[in-house]
Amino acid sequence: MEIVRPEVNTPQEADAVEGAYINSLIADSTSAIPDPDRWIDEAVHRNVFLTTTDTILAWGRQRSIFPMLFATACCGMEVISMSVSRFDLSRFGMDVVRFSPRQADVMIIAGTITWKMALATRMIYDQMAEPKWVVAMGACAISGGTFRESYSVTPGVNRIMPVDVYIPGCPPKPEAVIFGINRLHAKIIKGTMDDPMLSKP
Amino acid sequence: MTVITSGEELGKKIAEAIPGSVVSSDKTSVMLESKSLAQVAEFLKNTPGLDFNYLNFATAVDYIDYFELVYRVLSMEHNHSLILKTRLYDRENPAVPSLVAIWRSAYFQEREMFDMFGIKFEGHPDLRRLLTWEGFQGYPLRRDYL
Amino acid sequence: MPIKTEPFYLNLGPQHPSTHGVFRLRVQLDGEVIVDVEPIIGYLHRGIEKLAETRTYTQVIPLTDRLDYVASMTNNLAYCLAVEKLAGIKVPERAEYLRIIFSELMRLANHFLAIGAFLNDCGALATPLIYMWREREKIVDLCEMTCGQRLLFNYMRVGGMSQDVPVEFMPALKKFVAEMPKFIGEYEQLIKQNEIFLARTKGVGILPREMAIDIGASGPVLRASGVNWDIRKKDPYSIYDRFDFEVPTGDVGDCYDRFWVRMREMRQSVRILEQAIGQIPAKGTVWADVPQFFRPPAGEAYGHIEAPKGNLGFYVVGDGSIAPYRVHIFPPSLMNVTALRDMAIGWKVADLIIIFGSIDVVLGEIDR
Repeated sequence: MEIVRPEVNTPQEADAVEGAYINSLIADSTSAIPDPDRWIDEAVHRNVFLTTTDTILAWGRQRSIFPMLFATACCGMEVISMSVSRFDLSRFGMDVVRFSPRQADVMIIAGTITWKMALATRMIYDQMAEPKWVVAMGACAISGGTFRESYSVTPGVNRIMPVDVYIPGCPPKPEAVIFGINRLHAKIIKGTMDDPMLSKP
Repeated sequence: MTVITSGEELGKKIAEAIPGSVVSSDKTSVMLESKSLAQVAEFLKNTPGLDFNYLNFATAVDYIDYFELVYRVLSMEHNHSLILKTRLYDRENPAVPSLVAIWRSAYFQEREMFDMFGIKFEGHPDLRRLLTWEGFQGYPLRRDYL
Repeated sequence: MPIKTEPFYLNLGPQHPSTHGVFRLRVQLDGEVIVDVEPIIGYLHRGIEKLAETRTYTQVIPLTDRLDYVASMTNNLAYCLAVEKLAGIKVPERAEYLRIIFSELMRLANHFLAIGAFLNDCGALATPLIYMWREREKIVDLCEMTCGQRLLFNYMRVGGMSQDVPVEFMPALKKFVAEMPKFIGEYEQLIKQNEIFLARTKGVGILPREMAIDIGASGPVLRASGVNWDIRKKDPYSIYDRFDFEVPTGDVGDCYDRFWVRMREMRQSVRILEQAIGQIPAKGTVWADVPQFFRPPAGEAYGHIEAPKGNLGFYVVGDGSIAPYRVHIFPPSLMNVTALRDMAIGWKVADLIIIFGSIDVVLGEIDR
């Protein structure tokens, strides 16, 4: 999914462009999700050899992943609960909450993503620097949750961007989110290209 | 306690001041002719003794045969309230005078009704979609929208 | 040769740390001075009003939780009041007291977040918020003890509460209420005389009295402009007429007044809680036996309460079936942002953040 930026002059034109984009997103969502690994060709899969440097790098990486504040709805309250002293995300090297996607490693999507918000969400995801991870927190981000039948809610944020960890709950308790972050740590260590869990059969 | 003004009494007063504006009235509400809505609103706001200076909420209900617009107005001075109603029978092109010039709190609520029901408010300064996006098909809160 | 300037559009949001969610502002600037502000909302529009038409009366209650998620139990109360009015249900005495206790706890919880986030916007990054959150967690614990959830409680039912509070609840609440005035005093001391805070907020973003009424503002925003209007006093719902409390008002209507009204309201909430603990009947049912699929008669009802953010109303239309025909939600935050443009014009971008923070909006409620 690439973002086309047409020339706009007035706010009204900008609204029209945004609306057209949202409609195209909805149209896209009716087709099947493409395989995320399709860009890796067969030769790379078979021949590239990865050394243990990756493991060391990943180990270092998982100890300091900067989260980005992306709190759209109710789950955002629990994100604040986690980052203040009681549950204390600093223990996982996540104390620096970044407000800019360019400085963040992990995007915790906390809350409902509507079709109107989908464009902004995708743009933020595109702005994040590699390597990046996405955590879908709460029922709304996973599948639309309570609002799944609604005309304006995305049926899961994986229609817009790839997701690494799903944390169920409405909202998930902070303990559940901490468990999800532990799972993300495990994935960062294992999630290289030669991992049997991720490569194609 | 907020006194609920008797619609029957007030209906008579409104009908005296603006002939042909009141369709019917009961204990709690006054049903108005949709064309005279702005005139009645101005009368309610500026008449001493009534002073309805606060528009509490405005909404619409789709009864399939017609749209019913409901306004609850309030006077902070005298602490009394009234419910105004009006019906729009045109389903293709429902239109009603805007009340933004009289109570500014109607600004967002009328835009919302335009967005959700497709009701046009004549004289609204900036009637665009509010909650959904530009290019959204249909009007979600109508009963025939699925 | 005269220097010509062009208007400059600045887009704030929908993803921005100071927008309290997904609010978007299209700001037109001249240099750094604000010329025009256009709020763009709908980024959290979840169609709650449409979904409510497809569910039974009881199933709508979890949806109302997700409106003002900072103080979710107040939404349940407003909805239940409207449906009870429609169906003519009388609520048991003990349940009425529990409703008061939880609404006031929610008011405290909301104001802790509102003040903490407001100071965050003023530039006191995180520290006041962490202090305020310490107190908020105590309230959350009280609620978790009662219904098992931390945020979206789904506790009230039409005709009372879903269950009685556990035996540990009352001692814990008494302890909480006893220590609260000390903490509120601590925050007042911490913030009120801070020179920088006063310089940033005094006289900034004035909302005059007439305009506040005209735009339909309510809650602390209206009272800070000097209008003594509190539905708990003017149109008492539930059993608020049995309690003795004051309604704090401001005189100028600037950001400082809005902050200070909230701070004093917290003390009044503690006062109401103290009285409620003394008066609540020790035993009794908490739920008028309402069947799961009850059918209120066809008709319409409007129930409104003084939510922490202002006048929250539910307009419920029934057609005699198990599901409501239409549920309209009247949110206080939507009305309060109407005057944002008038309050912000002429100030700088940094002040816009403070003005917006002082209104205390929550987007779940604005967009529904």
